[in-house]
Amino acid sequence: MKKTFLQTGLLTLVCLILIQSCTKKLDLFPTNDVTSEVVYSTPAGYKQVLGKVYGSFALTGNQGPAGNGDVQGIDEGFSDFYRLFWKAQELSTDEAVITWGDVGIQDFHNMNWTSNNSFLTGLYYRSMYQITLCNEFIRQSTPEVVAGRGITGADATAIAQYAREARFLRAFQYWVLMDLYGNPPFATEATAIGGPPPPRITRSELFTYIETELKAIENEMPAPRTNEYGRADQGAVWALLARMYLNAQVYTGAEKYTDAVTYSKKVIDAGYELIDDYRWLMLADNHQNTEEFIFGINYDGLHTQGFGGTTFLTHACVGGSMPAGTFGISGGWAGLRTTKNLVNLFPDVNGTADKRAQFYTPGQSLEIANVTTFTDGYPITKYKNVTRTGANGSSQDYSDVDMPLFRLAEMYLIYAEAVLRGGTGGDVTTATGYINLLRTRAYGNTSGNISSAQLTLDFILDERARELYWEGFRRSDLIRYNKFVENTYLWPWKGGVSSGSGVQAFRKLYPIPSRDINSNPNLVQNTGY
Amino acid sequence: MSCKKLLQASVFIALLLLSQFAYSQNKTITGRVIDPRDGSAIAGVNVTAKGASSGTQTKSDGTYSLTVGPSVTTLVFSSVGFATLEVPISGRSTLDVSLAINNTSLEEVVVIGYGTRMKKDLTGAVTSVTAKDFNRGTITTPEQLIAGKVAGVQITSNGGAPGAGSTIRIRGGASLNASNDPLIVIDGVPVDNGGISGSANALSLINPNDIESFNILKDASAAAIYGSRASNGVIIITTKKGKGGKPKFNFSTQYSISTLPKRADILSPSEFREYVNSHGTPTQIDLLGDANTNWQDAIYDNSGTTDNNLSVSGSLKNLPYRVSLGYLNQNGILKTGRLERTSASINLSPRLFNNHLRIDVNLKGSISKSRFADEGAIGNAIRFDPTKPIHTNSKSYGGYWEWLDASSVTGLLELAPRNPLGLLEQREDNSNVKRSIGNVQFDYKLHFFPDLRVNLNLGYDISKGQGTVYVPDSAANAYRRSPDGQHGGVNNRYLQEKSNTILETYLNYTKDIKSIRSRIDVMAGYSYQDFLTTIHNAKKDPNGILYQKPDGTLTTTPTSGDRWTPYFDYTADGVLISGPTFPFDKPQNRLISFFGRVEYTYMNKFLLKGTLRRDGSSRFSKENRWGYFPSASFAWRLKEESFLRNVNFLDELKVRIGYGLTGQQDGIANYGYIPRYSLANGQAQYQFGSEYYDLYRPDGYNPNLKWEQTTTYNLGIDYGFLNNRITGSIDFYIKKTSDLLSEIDQSAGTNFSNKIIANIGDMTNRGVEFTINTQPVTTRNLVWDLGFNFTYNENEITRLTLVNDPNFPGNLVGGIAGGVGSTIQVHTVGYPKSSFYVYKQVYDKNGKPIEDLFEDINRDGAITVDDLYRYKSPDPRVFMGAYSNVIWKNWSAGFSVRANIGNYVYNNRFSNTGVKRNIIDPLGYLANGSRNVLETDFSGDGDRYFLSDYYIENASFLRMDYFNIGYNAGALAGKGTNLRIAANVQNVFTITKYRGVDPEVQGGIDNNFYPRPRIFSLTVGLDF
Repeated sequence: MKKTFLQTGLLTLVCLILIQSCTKKLDLFPTNDVTSEVVYSTPAGYKQVLGKVYGSFALTGNQGPAGNGDVQGIDEGFSDFYRLFWKAQELSTDEAVITWGDVGIQDFHNMNWTSNNSFLTGLYYRSMYQITLCNEFIRQSTPEVVAGRGITGADATAIAQYAREARFLRAFQYWVLMDLYGNPPFATEATAIGGPPPPRITRSELFTYIETELKAIENEMPAPRTNEYGRADQGAVWALLARMYLNAQVYTGAEKYTDAVTYSKKVIDAGYELIDDYRWLMLADNHQNTEEFIFGINYDGLHTQGFGGTTFLTHACVGGSMPAGTFGISGGWAGLRTTKNLVNLFPDVNGTADKRAQFYTPGQSLEIANVTTFTDGYPITKYKNVTRTGANGSSQDYSDVDMPLFRLAEMYLIYAEAVLRGGTGGDVTTATGYINLLRTRAYGNTSGNISSAQLTLDFILDERARELYWEGFRRSDLIRYNKFVENTYLWPWKGGVSSGSGVQAFRKLYPIPSRDINSNPNLVQNTGY
Repeated sequence: MSCKKLLQASVFIALLLLSQFAYSQNKTITGRVIDPRDGSAIAGVNVTAKGASSGTQTKSDGTYSLTVGPSVTTLVFSSVGFATLEVPISGRSTLDVSLAINNTSLEEVVVIGYGTRMKKDLTGAVTSVTAKDFNRGTITTPEQLIAGKVAGVQITSNGGAPGAGSTIRIRGGASLNASNDPLIVIDGVPVDNGGISGSANALSLINPNDIESFNILKDASAAAIYGSRASNGVIIITTKKGKGGKPKFNFSTQYSISTLPKRADILSPSEFREYVNSHGTPTQIDLLGDANTNWQDAIYDNSGTTDNNLSVSGSLKNLPYRVSLGYLNQNGILKTGRLERTSASINLSPRLFNNHLRIDVNLKGSISKSRFADEGAIGNAIRFDPTKPIHTNSKSYGGYWEWLDASSVTGLLELAPRNPLGLLEQREDNSNVKRSIGNVQFDYKLHFFPDLRVNLNLGYDISKGQGTVYVPDSAANAYRRSPDGQHGGVNNRYLQEKSNTILETYLNYTKDIKSIRSRIDVMAGYSYQDFLTTIHNAKKDPNGILYQKPDGTLTTTPTSGDRWTPYFDYTADGVLISGPTFPFDKPQNRLISFFGRVEYTYMNKFLLKGTLRRDGSSRFSKENRWGYFPSASFAWRLKEESFLRNVNFLDELKVRIGYGLTGQQDGIANYGYIPRYSLANGQAQYQFGSEYYDLYRPDGYNPNLKWEQTTTYNLGIDYGFLNNRITGSIDFYIKKTSDLLSEIDQSAGTNFSNKIIANIGDMTNRGVEFTINTQPVTTRNLVWDLGFNFTYNENEITRLTLVNDPNFPGNLVGGIAGGVGSTIQVHTVGYPKSSFYVYKQVYDKNGKPIEDLFEDINRDGAITVDDLYRYKSPDPRVFMGAYSNVIWKNWSAGFSVRANIGNYVYNNRFSNTGVKRNIIDPLGYLANGSRNVLETDFSGDGDRYFLSDYYIENASFLRMDYFNIGYNAGALAGKGTNLRIAANVQNVFTITKYRGVDPEVQGGIDNNFYPRPRIFSLTVGLDF
């Protein structure tokens, strides 16, 4: 009896001790993750986060090719920045049609997208996600914070430069939102994580903000072509400003063509040159094209895997009788082709005269009887996962092709158009000269060159299509030329009609996704939606 | 000799004399009492002479001997859990009797959280199902023992694969994104229901033959003692224990054959040819072959299963024990799949110090070896071109016929389906999973204060799952899959360990206070439970497969004694495809709880109970991690009132009212509240200059995460009539979940993830449950049990977002095949969860759907996603179960049927394969499809047709789960033995209008469903 009593007492005591010690054990931390203090304790850690800030342009998540996505509510393969941006800029125009039946994708051709369209929602969240990453990086990179972590000297200087690049990338994503959605939420490094919904910013206010940001970092960025490959420099900042100024009238109602001339000229004069062969632009080894590429997204078949970007562009345009092997891929996805409007801009289909014409015609018909039939319409062979010498990329499944977001050719075209539209500081002769540089490369000789008299605004729009097709420009260009929604310019299946049809003017802006309207009371839906 | 002892002695002598006197005029009746269902002996049956005072009890072997006077003509047999039986003696001296089970004896002991109660003392909605009522047949996973048996509990098997698990929903499920699975407690150990690598189902690691009872705590007043994990109900599983006495052996062996009950209705080879000839271009028609292959026949086969169980129970001196061994060898009807499970369990239940210290030791262990069939073959067998042969004469791709493309690196047509039989036969996906659950429970009734008990429970649930996946490099589905296109196949290994531990202790004070005709029962306790998973990955290494040396270091050049480390994804010849970032990961969470219960019973008539639990979870921040979960309930036994006490036909009438608050936090990430950075893997690097950087990403988090809470109100009535030959209950309930842990959109720019688990939203389940169990006939030779249960449940989401925007369609869920990332369901306020979200199909005058023509619901002149509407839900409004068992002499026959009404299924097979675009694929191959294409003639172009409500079908059904005949051969094998034989058919028939293979599809999307087999089995059982 006594013994049992003692045992019970001991047992109770043991229990009480256990209870005491255990209640403190509810603080657990994941094994392999780290806190921000640990990540940012070294300069190398800063660069790894900077890598994510850049890398989120190319990757869809933390596990390549998929499995741990950044953006939720959309298939991870679809959540890639450039793939979404490209669809929004190209599928809604005469440059591209797609066979697929993914919900909402045909809305681009039919021009009847809604605020619930999953691709438009995905792009919006992808852009805002990248802005949020930039904001966090900028917060963590102020001189005070960096000094507080004991990082000084050259390391601190480098981190200050990283922060400027993050500001550039944020400005770029705000440009995307301004161009496509107009009036997005406005989050900066002052916006707290888990805090209240950010305010809305109007399109013209956003223009001013982006312009101010870019000008604030302009002179502190590394000189053109001096930063590491894959990182932004002064050339990128100028190029984005030039592009914005060209479209300022659309964004704000006020023309800024003189600024467009100024900034395109800055880039042109910075030492860039066109590469020799247009057909080398979008190949597996196009990281060599540094003389022409100003800034872009780096993909790699082994290290930077995903189902977006140039993997999408190299696979989706292969189908029908196209031999997959010659495109450096294991198989095509039978999706993308173009309409006759683009094809007809070239003197011939085969690229005999203008080598920029890269169409695949065997078994394909020029006319599109059915958008969802791959053999209706010509596929484009501009993007190929093979090198200049014809060797395969490093992987058959993921592309090595890098995607330039800015290249010199665009700057020539901006200069020329801005001059024609009344911008000062440039002249038509110089402009014609720039255009003829493009055409000489395209034709392999001067036979395609034009005279100053031939340089008209309409010619420039067509020339932009010939030079920049499938590079994500067309929707913005057609809007600037008042040809996007209007019934004065038609293409097959525009507005869901086989011969083409105009649509209501409000479609020049995409809708703010209803999902965000629903979680952010500050937002206002764009007119018409 | 003290006075007391003297008295005792004299009484004894007097009685002895008396009995001697009586003996001369009386006769002795002997016999044996058995349970007719399995022929087992029933010990402890009261055998009394009707109208006289003499009586005895049966021994452990069921035998009795009773001496009765000449006036006695009838013996009365009664025992807890069995219907009382009166048998006329009719001059016989041997009376062997079988007792019919009485399903709802009021004295039946029901296991509740931290204790047991008699059924009559319950105040909450608790259902107990014991072994005698379990479903029969080839049952390899425990929860299937009670499918269809309990009102309010829906158990849907996840398909017909060996060892496949089930989805259990109690009262509709209270959560959206958190887990809707009930808490399962096995012998006092709340187990991890999360599964482990290499096992299809965590519960399948338990041998169903070891289970004694299921006790299901349905309402919150019963379940709230489990606090934060009880929102979706609690299932308490108790395993069989030793009953004492001489060793009793039980051996049973079962052999069964599984067959495919129904094939998918696809085009025959001739129909297929005709379709392609009339719809294809000349190039496409040229793709047709000459063979006539039934691919479904090629992948399915009748398969055999054996299940052998041996158990012994008895007592070793004062140590009651039960030891069991089980061996199951089950083959799937889909070729190559199988499960081999060896299980053992040991129960020891010593009672020491004059029953003051009760110790229960439960140890269960199992080793499951599985080979998983590639279930992709099921869909491929439907789609594979029937005009192609299975094999070719070539050695390429293992000799299986495949779609080729000469220009591709692999030589294969990239996106074409692969040979279904090749998928099966060229994949060796083997796993070996060990699991052990055990606990030791001390229950000490204090010597100096016997009203107080101290209970200490120490338990564990550990498992280890490891496996290999090997696909030869010749296999088409992994051919030359390395980035450089030079290496193929798969050669992967994995290893995962789980180690969950629990410590629980409580004090229980019980007191009968006769003076005020009251009884009080007070309990207070503490619980600590830790869940730790270790996922092993070898660190990636460019030099090949890593091995681990005994000292823990890694090497690529192994010597003897080094063991392989699991790795991530390699080709058959060991070329790395993708590697993990870290050598291992150890997700972990903990729960710490304090709980208490107070019960007060007055006059055995009014029962009042209150419980309170305080739970702390490591999944929430310091500020939010503790939650209180109270409950209160009251029961009034009307039968005990004077006005009913003498109403003879009424045996029980009790009204129960309960309220309770429960929580939920399972099913969400472990560290969702913590700001953290995670490292990307080697395929998600980014290039600066010529260097590739490993990336750090800030992950989304929600510092305000907290408990999801469900408030339940329950009103119940228990009844029993006609000597308890009609019993049952009816319950009305409302469950309101608030602060739903739901995945909601974050305002863009305010988090590192645009969707995050947060506590936003409310949901309601309300319903009625009705149970009736009857014994229409109970005679000596014929006993008939008949039961029925009915459940009505309706679910409605009442809030989902912070801002209420009428244009917001809700959260899209339910991914389907057809368009990447497409969904067919939506959570919307005002509708049941996962309602189908579809276009309204327009039909022509013959009732044929017109492709891509839908009703313009918002009348804006265009068909857009804004014209989608909510139509029906996958959850049944009503589900029912019924059973019948007839015992006639040594024969028995029984069946069980189940019905769901109002459940709808999206026939994804029709929508995905029954269109021209599938059959004549634009990618340059042919594929078979559903015969539905002949009905609709759909082309399958565009991005809308598959969202038509045409494909949402009423999947209400009536299914006979089993039909069973048994014969009890008795002591055929010698004295003291008992031999039983039973024949059983499972999945006997299904009556439904649904046009797919099986209407019972959890989640409501029928695509690649592993058909549930029809199983014929023969069981022989022997007790000795």
